[in-house]
Amino acid sequence: MTATTTSPPGRMTSLRSRLDTPLKRAAAYSLAAFIMLALVRVIAGADAMTGSNTIRFGLAAATPILLAGLGGLVSERSGTVNIGLDGMIILGAWFAAWAGWHFGVWWAIPAGIVGGALGGLLLGFVTLQFGVNHVVAGIAINLIAPGVTRFLSGQFFVGNADGSISNSPTMKGSMGSFTLPILSGGDLFGWKSPDFLGWLDDHRWFLISDVAGVAKGMTYKMAWTTMFALVALVVVWYLLWRTPLGLRMRSAGEKPSATDSLGVSVLSMRYLGCLMSGGLAGGAGAWLAIDVRRYQEGQAGGRGFLGIAALVFGNWRPLGVLAGASLFGYVQSLANLANTDPIRAVFLLVAVVVGALAILHWRRHLPVNGAFLAVTAVALLWFFIITEKVNSQLVYVMPYVVTLIVLTVASQRLRPPAADGQIWYKGSSG
Amino acid sequence: MRTRVLFMLAAPVLAMALALGVSALVLKLAGHSPLDVFSQMWTHIDNKANVVIIVNKAVPYYVVGLAVALGFKMNLFNIGVDGQFRLAALGAGAAGAAVTLPAPLHVAFMILVAMAIGGAWASIAGVLKVTRGVNEVVSTIMLNFIATGLTAYLLGEFLYDDVILKRTQIAQTQTLPNSGRFPHLDSLLPFDLPQDIHLQGFVLVAIVVGVLTQVILTRTRFGLELRATGLNPATARASGINPSRMILTTIIASGALAGLGAMAPLLGERYAYSDSFPLAVGFTGISVALLGQNHPAGIAVAALVWSAIEDGARGIVNGPPEITKIMQGTLLLTAVIGFTVTRRRAERTSIREAAARSATPSAGTADGDVATGGLVSA
Repeated sequence: MTATTTSPPGRMTSLRSRLDTPLKRAAAYSLAAFIMLALVRVIAGADAMTGSNTIRFGLAAATPILLAGLGGLVSERSGTVNIGLDGMIILGAWFAAWAGWHFGVWWAIPAGIVGGALGGLLLGFVTLQFGVNHVVAGIAINLIAPGVTRFLSGQFFVGNADGSISNSPTMKGSMGSFTLPILSGGDLFGWKSPDFLGWLDDHRWFLISDVAGVAKGMTYKMAWTTMFALVALVVVWYLLWRTPLGLRMRSAGEKPSATDSLGVSVLSMRYLGCLMSGGLAGGAGAWLAIDVRRYQEGQAGGRGFLGIAALVFGNWRPLGVLAGASLFGYVQSLANLANTDPIRAVFLLVAVVVGALAILHWRRHLPVNGAFLAVTAVALLWFFIITEKVNSQLVYVMPYVVTLIVLTVASQRLRPPAADGQIWYKGSSG
Repeated sequence: MRTRVLFMLAAPVLAMALALGVSALVLKLAGHSPLDVFSQMWTHIDNKANVVIIVNKAVPYYVVGLAVALGFKMNLFNIGVDGQFRLAALGAGAAGAAVTLPAPLHVAFMILVAMAIGGAWASIAGVLKVTRGVNEVVSTIMLNFIATGLTAYLLGEFLYDDVILKRTQIAQTQTLPNSGRFPHLDSLLPFDLPQDIHLQGFVLVAIVVGVLTQVILTRTRFGLELRATGLNPATARASGINPSRMILTTIIASGALAGLGAMAPLLGERYAYSDSFPLAVGFTGISVALLGQNHPAGIAVAALVWSAIEDGARGIVNGPPEITKIMQGTLLLTAVIGFTVTRRRAERTSIREAAARSATPSAGTADGDVATGGLVSA
């Protein structure tokens, strides 16, 4: 971002033409954002901002959001708006906890996926079979899921070990975690290898320690479930954009009548989308349950909606969802450090990002957008200067504010699937 | 026409029957006697004091349901009622405690503040939709979470009552003086109530607002334009209705109603805003609006039924009270399915009738393909 805004116009075009694939652009943006982050860290003197622990918690917080966002991606790409993700996460978490308690922690993953998929099936049944409005159906599922799990908890958890009406008994066994040997101090055949990245991280040199902190945060005590989520990201991308089935699913979300005219069943494609969406949301639920080794009421904590936010933020693309989920997870991780310097630094960081966007929009001859963003940036900067302590509540709302800003500024450039949310019957146009 | 009304009534009755059926089945599977549990619920509901509690609870559901229905009437999904409700409750509670006014003015002032806050918060989604084309479902979801954080922040940092916080560790706004409380209607009841239960006067406000909404929707130019925009935006635009203005007015009115709904518990029961203020009323409002088919009378029945089931849970001593959640969920889902199916059938019938009418002079083609019939008659 900074690279494109600060360079002269001539170089700018050449740079832009060189960044011709989404992957290259994503890499360039990430790099620019990272350098900015390191700068802000030094300026604000908030060393914990890129420390390995902050990154590790951020990655953990991002994972369920990523899974939920991928769930939204699959269903919306195939034409079904899924507002019910939050409910499906709850179902997934309950089933995961139940299976984890009975058969051991590894069984929690498939059980959670199945539980969420049941919710997805319900969404598909109601919207596809009866043509109920997708948003209405999703809201209904969000209302029903906590009721069902509470009833089930009453039937299965109450009176068993440490279970109660609002939480399950503890799961059997634990999954352990993954630490990279040599670089992050993981074990290698029983030998405790050195923690090279940790050593770099502790020195807090500009950029070098920041890179080390991030690298260690991503390779140190990582939950196996997080690794599965990253695999799920690749699988979803490959399925939707590199296989014939994925093409058919996406076509059901872009132009169902064309799909139908080629002899592909729109209903099957959309059912599949709903099922997979529920399964991914259920995976997010399983992640949450495994994280604390039990089901707890209120565990979903609105992550389904954060998933939707990441999906919109990411413009209905897998890498965009990843970017959104990472950003939101990182902010949540910083919220744990409430009332300390890093949290103040977030406002500086966001102010810098918004300021960069303002310049970008100004140069693209969008003065209204530019002015709006500039005012926002100044307000954030002012807030950074005048405040000494930041209430964690303000940090907690950051992801939602960011999404609203993105919607406001970029709504003309966002491109949801054309037939997203459209009710379709055989023979109807669209 | 008569068959359509019959259909419209059949759907909710059928949904209620299905909800009871599913709940009974679930209870049976869980090893309880459905009849026993249902009769416990009924005995609880069939009690004058409990009916008053149910009515009190239904009042905010009803007003918030009206707020949602107003948006639904023109295909606007105001999912943000929850946030509008919360912010309005906090703002009006804080403002009401800060001023000294004579009794009727005090209450009126707080109601105005609440409606202004609700409307203003909702207008953000409206402005974003009109000027930037932002889908209101996504923006109101975001605004809900922002409102949740914002109320917690404002209450925790500025608007809390020092004395009560020190004594009880609970952050709440200052308790309203008597002049800021809505009078109870206990004296109008033909029976006596237990000491701590009162019929809240706000029920009258709810009735007036319900009637007003219906009158505005069916008897005014605004109402006509609103319904026209909802039924067919393209035609409405062609006939000179400004869609942007309609969207803004409707969403602000909806937010104002959501704010008004928050005044029922604030002025009639709580007298202060705290973290224990009734939550998720916004989402109940959405359910109730859907169940009541966006009609003020229907929403009233739906709000009462919803609140009766909810309160009925307290009556289940011997059995799982959580079954009421399943009952509500099934009711909502089956009713929504029922309404959708009925509406589609009605649309198809009217298309077929229109086709038949236009076809009669030339005779013969009445029973043709439905879609073609519709196109031909258009």
